[in-house]
Amino acid sequence: MYNWDFSAIFTGYEAWWLKGVLTTLAYATGTVVGGLIIGVICGMGLLAKRWWLTLPIHIYVEVFRCTPVLVQIVWFYFALPILTGIDMPAWLAAGVGLTLYMGCFATEIFRGGIQSIDKGQWQASRAVGMTYPQMMWHIILPQAIRRMTPPLVNQSVIQFKNTALLYVVAVPDMMYTGYLVVSDTYRPLEVYTGVAIAYFILLYPLTQWGKKLEARRGN
Amino acid sequence: METDASNGQAKLELTNVRKNYGEIAAVCGVSMEVNSGEVVAIIGPSGCGKSTLLRCINHLETPTAGKVRLGNQEINYDNPRTIPHGRELALFRSRFGMVFQQFDLFQNKTVLENVMVGQVVVQKKPVDMARKVARDYLDLVGLSGMDDRHAQDLSGGQQQRVAIARALALLPEVLLFDEVTSALDPELVGEVLEVMQKLAKEGATMVLVTHEMAFARDVANKVIFMDAGLIEQQGSPKDILIAPENKRLKSFLARFHGNSAG
Repeated sequence: MYNWDFSAIFTGYEAWWLKGVLTTLAYATGTVVGGLIIGVICGMGLLAKRWWLTLPIHIYVEVFRCTPVLVQIVWFYFALPILTGIDMPAWLAAGVGLTLYMGCFATEIFRGGIQSIDKGQWQASRAVGMTYPQMMWHIILPQAIRRMTPPLVNQSVIQFKNTALLYVVAVPDMMYTGYLVVSDTYRPLEVYTGVAIAYFILLYPLTQWGKKLEARRGN
Repeated sequence: METDASNGQAKLELTNVRKNYGEIAAVCGVSMEVNSGEVVAIIGPSGCGKSTLLRCINHLETPTAGKVRLGNQEINYDNPRTIPHGRELALFRSRFGMVFQQFDLFQNKTVLENVMVGQVVVQKKPVDMARKVARDYLDLVGLSGMDDRHAQDLSGGQQQRVAIARALALLPEVLLFDEVTSALDPELVGEVLEVMQKLAKEGATMVLVTHEMAFARDVANKVIFMDAGLIEQQGSPKDILIAPENKRLKSFLARFHGNSAG
């Protein structure tokens, strides 16, 4: 039977772990918010139905949706500087990759949410004399956002977990911190179990909140 | 574009209005006049272009050609560069009140809010005044005390009456009714027609696309029979509905005999 000793991986490493948790939280929040902003802008762009606007957005969405986020992070870090001379530090390359990845899914969720609103709502808004922005703000978006919330929460949970990929470019998130602690303590079982539990503790409330939102939508 | 100052006295004029969807012509050049206080019923077989024509009047569909004039304000579709858009178009549209077959109440709003939102957002009325006006019109359609309900809690007939109140609250100069009783259960049709009859009596200008022949006969000043995108015949309810001479009109009406046309 293995002799578990969690104190060995904590004592003396508190500051490392704290930094790891904060880094993970910062990347999760930052890339989700950034992705949502991209989603709103690109989603709106798709609705405009101008080919010179929708074509680049479609290309962006499909490229990022159909390549692994791990490949994207590595590509931004190693390939982009060689191709363009833009030398991004690791923390930025990883952030850009993760944000664009979230953004492409948010774009699709946003577009789908708006297009799912019944045609009658659009024509009734126009018939009372609303301009396009008024219609969007007062009638379409409030309904669309309720529909978009569950898939967006779901995607945010996935995004949160994807931040673990930061370790490949040595950004000190929870996962990379775990890697450092392992090489210091030779206790991979405690470290990776602890890391898994930490992700769970951080994410479980988020999924429960998502469920609550979904239940409220049903009334 | 200039706006008619004499509110509520404006005459609606359509000149040679056409609407094509690609190669298919839905409305093939319709001219008609609706004077202030008149009730005009448009009848015809399904697919004859009557709903499309109605939607061309307030630019829910953009006509391919022709002119639509309300009072002093005219949109000339023959000269596409002069077609208004944005705020100007929205204001033109708000001079019409429209009621739809499927009610289309705003799902994210209560009954009261449905009747208020156009006043507040489009007409910039203070909320207190809008609320008072909304209550007055809900009262008119017989729906007092339902302020906080949502559309899904109402029957079809009630929803349609809220939709009528929503249109009326904006003090439109012309009311457009697009088969407003077609989606209702038969026992709920009466309550909606009753409200419309009351409006007609009070002198509202109304254009209605309808299959309710008895209602058209009793309430309309003029009946227009459309077929294949054109006005086939128009005249008094008596000429069109009671003693029709046109062959296609006769065969169309024959399908309603023994039903509501009586």
